[in-house]
Amino acid sequence: MNSPIEVNRTAKLFINGAFPRSESGRSFPVADANGKFIANVANATRKDARDAVVAAAAAQPKWAGASAYNRGQIVYRIAEILQGRKAQFMAELNDAGVKSAEKQVDQAINQIIWYAGWSDKLAMTVGSSNPVAGPFFNFSNPEPTGVIAIVISEKPPLLSLINQLCAAIVSGNTVVALAPQSAPLISVSFAEVLATSDLPAGVVNLLTCDSDEIAFWLASHLEVDGIDLSGVSDSELKTKLEFEAAINLKRVLRDFDDGYTAMQSWLEIKTVWHPQGL
Amino acid sequence: MLNNVSQLPPSLTDVSNTNANLRAFLYGLSGVDQVGADARAAMLATRSIKTSAKLKAIDLAISMIDLTTLEGADTAGKVRALCAKARRPDANEASVPPVAAVCVYGDLANIAKSALIDTQIKVAAVATAFPSGRASLKVKLLDTQEAVANGADEIDMVIDRGAFLAGRYLDVFNEIVAIKNVCGSAHLKVILETGELKTYDNVKRASWLAMLAGADFIKTSTGKVQPAATLPVTLVMLHAIRDFDALTNMRIGMKPAGGIKTTKDAIKYLVLVNETLGEQWLTPKWFRLGASSLLNNLLMQRYRMQTGRYSGADYVTLD
Repeated sequence: MNSPIEVNRTAKLFINGAFPRSESGRSFPVADANGKFIANVANATRKDARDAVVAAAAAQPKWAGASAYNRGQIVYRIAEILQGRKAQFMAELNDAGVKSAEKQVDQAINQIIWYAGWSDKLAMTVGSSNPVAGPFFNFSNPEPTGVIAIVISEKPPLLSLINQLCAAIVSGNTVVALAPQSAPLISVSFAEVLATSDLPAGVVNLLTCDSDEIAFWLASHLEVDGIDLSGVSDSELKTKLEFEAAINLKRVLRDFDDGYTAMQSWLEIKTVWHPQGL
Repeated sequence: MLNNVSQLPPSLTDVSNTNANLRAFLYGLSGVDQVGADARAAMLATRSIKTSAKLKAIDLAISMIDLTTLEGADTAGKVRALCAKARRPDANEASVPPVAAVCVYGDLANIAKSALIDTQIKVAAVATAFPSGRASLKVKLLDTQEAVANGADEIDMVIDRGAFLAGRYLDVFNEIVAIKNVCGSAHLKVILETGELKTYDNVKRASWLAMLAGADFIKTSTGKVQPAATLPVTLVMLHAIRDFDALTNMRIGMKPAGGIKTTKDAIKYLVLVNETLGEQWLTPKWFRLGASSLLNNLLMQRYRMQTGRYSGADYVTLD
């Protein structure tokens, strides 16, 4: 048999369920921990970010309208697919210089399942029925915030990605996420996992880019309802982005602390006064 | 401007005597090079309009919009809301120009007219059994008369595509002439419904037929049939307008309608008009864009150009 043809992978963006190149055609090279060239990765522009927001906004009502049980199943399915591609992720984590790659992937899978379980339990833990002095049944229910922009932290590579994404989508938000430039291939591979896991197109959009450049366009975008700035390392820039986010009163998560708090960051509480005894 | 058959130059006066003459004339028009038209439209669509030129194009496009609602579920309230938007498209921004016209069904024209009475904004009404055109001439004439009586300044009529495709050109011609006669001072836009005409040759023939019969405007589509307005079809119609103008010295307006949703699309049409007919057609008097959701997109782009921030659907009206 002839030796197989070497097929190089083109790492692209993930927008609206498809894998386009950047509209500008620009890209940046990625090297492994030893400085050896691995691949050229699409370098998203503000116009790609704009397209991603359009996709996320279009997908949001239907994703929020899916039953919590159904969303949970789909998030669980992400874990299933990731399990099947464990070897690939371990290799990529090794390339990125992570020592305990297998432990990280296992932890990531567990973490996704943890979020999947929350999808139909958030309403009863965050929501409440409230005692009021009047003939009303008064109850508070969580609703998704809408479109969330996420700047993914550099470390730990896979876990940050999964925590930040899942905390937003599990409750019915849709996401435009900016992958860190240090290990972008992991994000691209994870987008391929998402594309094959029943997640509707547009619910997660992943851009590989210079996050500091593109975050500005998302922070100031009126269609974006919340922004997770955990991945912005420069604290001055972070403050500037917070100012931009204030234009349309975005929810801002300055630093991702734990999953449960983050999930609550992307929820709006709606309180209903329902007349009794009529 | 009234362009009746009587105003046509002598070479064209007898083309509508018989169906055979009309057919001979329409088939005598040079054929459209389909590949060439597609390529030319695609090439013009690559023109890059940026910064201050784009801002100007956005305002020009807004001022050319026939803001349209043609739903079975239309109500007087919805038409009033649309008229309010037509007068002042962006509630936060007084510098946005008003649109050219509001386009509604004939029975709601009086609502639009009274809501726009103190403005320059025209009321356009669709008539002649829109969108199918499947009714007798008697019904179509009544439909038109009623719309005119309700205060419509412009009538958007549909041609009988069945008759056109069956080769009964004179029937289509006579129908347009009859409708034109009851329009009075109202301008007549003739909708060719190019999505049902299948070939560019047919689009060209229908354009000529409509212009010979006295159309003030020719319009691509009802918006109810796919495909609606496309760039190459618009280009073919613009060429017909240019040739008709050269032959008769009569200026006809153009209105692509349906499927024009984004600022980018709208600017492509403006480029097409500028390159085909020239700047004198780039006014609301001679060029209109039939659209509804386009206006919001233009407003969002305008906001982006002026503030440097992207706007969102929460900041424009729900139509």
